[in-house]
Amino acid sequence: MKIHEYQAKEIFKKFGISVPDGKVATTPEEAERIARELGGSLVIKAQVHVGGRGKAGGVKLVDSPEEAKEAASKILGMHIKGLTVKKLLVTKSVDINDEAYIGFIVDRRTKKPLVMVSAAGGIDIEEVARETPSAIHKFAIDPFYGFLPHQAMELAFNLYDDIKLVKKAADVILKLYRVFISIDASLAEINPFVVTPKGETWAVDAKINIDDNALSRHPDIEAMRDVTDTEMKELDAKSKGLSYIKLDGNIGCVVNGAGLAMATMDLIKKYGGEPANFLDIGGSSNPEKVVNALGILISDKNVKSIFFNIFGGITRCDDVANGIIEALSKLEMNLPIVIRLTGTNEKEAKEILGHTEFITASSMADGARKSIEIAGT
Amino acid sequence: MSILIDKTSKVLVQGITGRDGSFHTKKMLEYGTNVVAGVTPGKAGSNIEGVPVFNTVKKAVKQTGADTSIIFVPARFAIDAIYEAGDAGIKLIVAVSEGIPTLDMVKVIEFLNKKGTKLIGPNSPGIISPNKSKVGILPGQIFKEGSVGVISRSGTLTYEIVSHITNVGLGESTCLGIGGDPIIGLKFIDCLELFNNDEQTKGMALVGEIGGSDEEETAAYIKEHFNKPVVAFIAGLTAPPGKRMGHAGAIVSGGTGTATEKIEAFESVGVPVAREPEEVAKLLKEKL
Repeated sequence: MKIHEYQAKEIFKKFGISVPDGKVATTPEEAERIARELGGSLVIKAQVHVGGRGKAGGVKLVDSPEEAKEAASKILGMHIKGLTVKKLLVTKSVDINDEAYIGFIVDRRTKKPLVMVSAAGGIDIEEVARETPSAIHKFAIDPFYGFLPHQAMELAFNLYDDIKLVKKAADVILKLYRVFISIDASLAEINPFVVTPKGETWAVDAKINIDDNALSRHPDIEAMRDVTDTEMKELDAKSKGLSYIKLDGNIGCVVNGAGLAMATMDLIKKYGGEPANFLDIGGSSNPEKVVNALGILISDKNVKSIFFNIFGGITRCDDVANGIIEALSKLEMNLPIVIRLTGTNEKEAKEILGHTEFITASSMADGARKSIEIAGT
Repeated sequence: MSILIDKTSKVLVQGITGRDGSFHTKKMLEYGTNVVAGVTPGKAGSNIEGVPVFNTVKKAVKQTGADTSIIFVPARFAIDAIYEAGDAGIKLIVAVSEGIPTLDMVKVIEFLNKKGTKLIGPNSPGIISPNKSKVGILPGQIFKEGSVGVISRSGTLTYEIVSHITNVGLGESTCLGIGGDPIIGLKFIDCLELFNNDEQTKGMALVGEIGGSDEEETAAYIKEHFNKPVVAFIAGLTAPPGKRMGHAGAIVSGGTGTATEKIEAFESVGVPVAREPEEVAKLLKEKL
């Protein structure tokens, strides 16, 4: 789960990491009022769950409450990578002498928490990682001993020559590690970590992603969830045991298993069609799940045909067949349905569906082709 | 031969009295797996399908000599179940459980490494050596003893691909699902090392998906160390970035972990990548 910069900064403050003063605004007037309250030079920052906000025009520097209001009215409602800006962070601007990068992730290769620091912080860090990977200093943390002060110091010596700054940075690196571990983050990042001409240090930006598998033990973080309308539908599906992601095509897919669901989307695309969604009904054969899945697909007005691709293993094909029939008796729909069922109890399923008007497919490829043909272009 | 499990594997089921645990115990027994014990605290003395149930893994190991464990317990108890199996001296653990917090996995994997215990999963459909043993939830009827080793990050997609490998007459030596989570026990490379030394295995099918860089690292490994024919498939070419595609590990983030990068990595080392699941078997048939 992603949280906003302002939420991440609230967490930083609790752990003793200095962040510039700031408040959240949802209207230009509110931005103006906060700007008056904070005074001086300020930054107005769009709060959306994507990177590259600055490059998209979602971050503006202002010098007065009037300018803050004007900037806010421009940024609010702006679309950044498909997301609408509904919240702004109005925060004090700091003078920048130096920008560093500090980040923690769970590294899949070493299977350990990994800390990364670089003296080349700022908006181009991803380019730095690509072009000059040696400028990023990494250290894999022993999960039992944890991250130790001397290790943080060793890393910080890569950032500054001045021992005062090295000590300050090491302290922040250690604190960020505590944030990372305490809230089960999958990513915690300060970029840039700024040193001012006077030698003060600030976490000017903050990014935290949380491990979805651990959210149940962090209700306070779960409460920070801010969802778009599309995500609302995905969350609703999740609460019904379905994994759903909306896409822009017209062929609705109902599949058991995430890998097969992705492969089904890929195949539709390969044959010239456009999948309307990713939908994994999971391993159980509960007919209710099929009813819910169809309900979600019907609510997407783009959908012109529905493709069931079920490989029965644990999921029994006859259960899915019964689910489809039950769903259709409950839901009002007249979309054409292409069904491919194979594996456990395939024969029984075919008997159940034998007297219906569904279009059957002999293979995944056959089903993909038929559902594309029916959906038209 | 085969890898990791065969007829001699003595299997213990953790969470045997639960809905999934008891159902799959029955299925594994039907397949011919040597299931010797089950564990559910407080249920000692009872039996499931004739398999004796114990209170603790230690007791079960002591009494039955179990060396392989499969874990069906719910996510919030699963981590301790893995520690318990490691503590009791189990050699191979298969974790079917889904939804275990990542940082918990990081710790338990470090613990198992020190113990010398191998882990498959979590979020894995298990492992099967056809005609010998099945430790997992994979549908036994689609497999046939043969020459292809299969390693996959998913479940039903594996079945789809395996059914074609069986239908073209090749069959499988061992097939395992390594799990859909970001932090897992055995990875592609660990399994390839074992398959490299397995005489029964003449060729490999690797089923990858978006997220992480395991496939890229595996491609580099194959180039240097693996000398049997390999065919790959990657799911998720059409997956939008930033979205978790079902599996916790299947997410394209910051422009890395895309299917295109993975396909390029494999093809650059001479591993053909099938563009649809059916093609995997065809490509293998040409090579074997």
